[in-house]
Amino acid sequence: MRIILISYGTLDMIHKRVGHFALCVLAVILSLPTSLRAAGEVNIYSFRQPQLIQPIIGRFQAVTGIAANVVYADKGLVERLKAEGANSPADVILTADVGNLNDLVEADVLQGVLSEILEANIPYQYRDPEGRWFGLTMRARVIYASRERVSPDTISRYEDLADPRFKGRVCSRSAKQVYMVSFIASRIAEWGEPQTERWLEGVKSNLARKPQGNDRAQAKAIAEGECDVALGNTYYYGAMQANPEERAWAEATILIFPNQADRGTHVNISGAAVTSAAKNRAEAVRLLEFLSGDEAQGLYAEQNYEYPVKPGVEPSAIVASWGPFKADTIPLVEVAQERAAASRLVDRVGFDEAGGS
Amino acid sequence: MAEVRERVSPGALARSAADSVRKVGPDCWSGAALCISALVTVPLAGVVWLALFPTDGIWSHLASTVLPQYLRTTLLLMAAVSGATLVVGVATAWLTTLCDFPGRRICEWALLLPLAVPAYVAAYIYTDLLEFAGPVQVALRELFGWTSRRDYWFPDIRSLPGAAAMLTLVLYPYVYLLARAAFLEQSICVLEVSRTLGRSPWGSFFGVGLPLARPAIVVGVSLVMMETLNDFGTVQHFAVSTLTAGVYDVWLNMSSTAGAAQLSLVMLGLVLGLIAMERLGRRSRRFHHTTYRWRPVPRRSLRGGDGIFACAACVLPIILGFAVPAGVLIDYTLRSSHRFGGRFWTYLWNSLTLSSLAALLAVATGLLLCYTVRLGGGPIVTTAVRLASIGYALPGAVLAVGIVVPFALFDNALDRLLRDSIGISTGLLLSGSLTTLVFAYTIRFLALAQGACDAGLSKITPRMDGAARSLGLAPGAMLVRIHLPMLRTSLLTAAILVFVDGMKELPMTVLLRPFNFETLATHVYQYASHDQFEQSAPGALAIVAFGMLPVYLLSRTIAAGRPDQRG
Repeated sequence: MRIILISYGTLDMIHKRVGHFALCVLAVILSLPTSLRAAGEVNIYSFRQPQLIQPIIGRFQAVTGIAANVVYADKGLVERLKAEGANSPADVILTADVGNLNDLVEADVLQGVLSEILEANIPYQYRDPEGRWFGLTMRARVIYASRERVSPDTISRYEDLADPRFKGRVCSRSAKQVYMVSFIASRIAEWGEPQTERWLEGVKSNLARKPQGNDRAQAKAIAEGECDVALGNTYYYGAMQANPEERAWAEATILIFPNQADRGTHVNISGAAVTSAAKNRAEAVRLLEFLSGDEAQGLYAEQNYEYPVKPGVEPSAIVASWGPFKADTIPLVEVAQERAAASRLVDRVGFDEAGGS
Repeated sequence: MAEVRERVSPGALARSAADSVRKVGPDCWSGAALCISALVTVPLAGVVWLALFPTDGIWSHLASTVLPQYLRTTLLLMAAVSGATLVVGVATAWLTTLCDFPGRRICEWALLLPLAVPAYVAAYIYTDLLEFAGPVQVALRELFGWTSRRDYWFPDIRSLPGAAAMLTLVLYPYVYLLARAAFLEQSICVLEVSRTLGRSPWGSFFGVGLPLARPAIVVGVSLVMMETLNDFGTVQHFAVSTLTAGVYDVWLNMSSTAGAAQLSLVMLGLVLGLIAMERLGRRSRRFHHTTYRWRPVPRRSLRGGDGIFACAACVLPIILGFAVPAGVLIDYTLRSSHRFGGRFWTYLWNSLTLSSLAALLAVATGLLLCYTVRLGGGPIVTTAVRLASIGYALPGAVLAVGIVVPFALFDNALDRLLRDSIGISTGLLLSGSLTTLVFAYTIRFLALAQGACDAGLSKITPRMDGAARSLGLAPGAMLVRIHLPMLRTSLLTAAILVFVDGMKELPMTVLLRPFNFETLATHVYQYASHDQFEQSAPGALAIVAFGMLPVYLLSRTIAAGRPDQRG
């Protein structure tokens, strides 16, 4: 472990102190015993994008000296893991949505992890009771509303989006997009399918245009006057506030946390899990513990405007400025299990084929 | 003289020549072709295997809801894109080959440039330009004092016609490329006969020039159709529900790999059906020259209005398909904070190596397969060779899963075998290795190589084979001494097409790559998928720039490939 720490973690520091020649000699010597080196690494399959994960992984390598190797892919990793079976090189999976976590559980490629640190860092509702997956960050799916044209007290619940008052004033991204599917799944888990179907029909008939673009594009459309309200994730709003070129879109909209008087706002998680094939189990658990710790949680919050799952870690200044909110406490596993039903519901309603008015 | 519709005597002659070759031809060619075809269809087997699992009523759900929509959208998109690429590709090829007008020499090669622009990049750029909040509509609103969407009409770029336009702009070069090569091969003798028999210039074009170029044009259009069918980036960005969008939805949102695999196979059936129909349509026709009396077609000089019109017709696709996207990318790159820093050069190196290896492998494989069919492989070999090119018709991510499954199966079986027999664990030998990735690229783009080889071989008269064989050349020696020199242009075309497509390849690279491995395309995608396309402009620009060079080379080669230039 010592040797590995030198070879990977503090390469930059050594580079400065020892200089080129010594470094080369060191590198040659260290590259010889590959089997030794392999003991200090962890292999990651990540659904999440590199620009979010790489800085945090970089800190992990620097702090622990464990080398981290990553494959980034936003689809197909479940199939790859399943096919590779017990010989899979992957130790850890990072996911962007609770849906991925559920798929992994159903494919039976995860192992349970018992860790006091993880249990202390992550509240019960954001991890699997059997320790097969752990939530790392949270984002809320909120309502973006026009600052000029919408009075905040006319829209305080998700239900209001289907209200005829908003006819021709709602924008949406495709309801087949992963966050939308999970959101609609959460409605089914809470309201049941018939009520959700009526709601989705209502939203569809309120649409100002054919569903398109991502959450940022909805805020942009509100700023440009195409529509007045839309659903969006909180971190997109934070990113817009922080970006000088996009700040105008955030300023033209207000952020409304729906259903504060009743069940609370829908939240989704990004998460991590250890594979059942993991050969570097200790390092894998170490990585999860690091990701749920103060430093990594702070990095997530600072860089991507997400909510840390670990109680006591402060969100970034921008996120804190939105104030506290009441999150829906429905177990996310129940939500994930309704995803297929949600996707079919979207087909039945024909949401994405809406022409707008 | 070339034969278009002669069905009896010379055709029979050609067949008897082929028969004589078949009798002598050794079976090792057929054997090799069958082995390669089998290897190349392994991913298809993987997809079929996945399709065998239960799908939990997905079909009845799809049939009662979105399937008709998927089918309609897909067929409309394919019809629109193949129709538009046909018109643009053939018209520009005819104009630059057989006419002379101001700017022709530049247009000749510049018309190929859009090939270097990935479709999803064009889609991102045109959305930024043409959407409600984009510069074009903002300028219009300021100019006319409109305030909201309801005040005026503007075409919605995120629509079926929008997607068709994007795909046409970047795909028409396939048709242009192959049509131009075919027109260049044509001899004035044929067209003169047509003119002396009383056909007008237009009549000669539609009655003789076009039908003679048909095999090449068909290859071009079928490549376009397959690209259109499996495109995901553009249709996803534009929220157009095609079958491919449906495949991804069933797979990722309904968590049904089996359903997605079945839907992909339906798509595949669609493509195979279309190709079979076309082959049936020209079954007994021959398209090669039968004499050595060849004279180049003199260019018709277009002056005044005609010249300007011809110039505009050729320049417009270049501007829309290349100049606008490239200009926007340069603009983004100049404004971007982190330009070519970090690991950029590693990504570039990875892209170049992968694409070159795939190009070499695909051309060698494609040539071997097509040549074996020419030697007269019989129905089994012919069918196997046709099947080998279907990697191009499956959506990339589905093909990738089709590769993951059998490769991991092989790795695990080998590992178990060696552990049980000699106690050595090999782990996963192929899965997640660069070998697998090169293999995947080769399978995916084999159709491109096969198409170009096929078109090249079809232009060489079988009498040549008959003569060579009767003079004692074995098939291998005949390939090296007779066909290869004549196929030089076609082979280079094949290699460059595969290379340029390899530079743009995304979904397979993402899933199949080893740890810590990035190409330019995956680097671009990580930002673009997060709506930070501007951040990845330098990478996208590099894909375009490194695609341009071979494309230019390609055009030069084709011009030099004209029979009178071959010496």
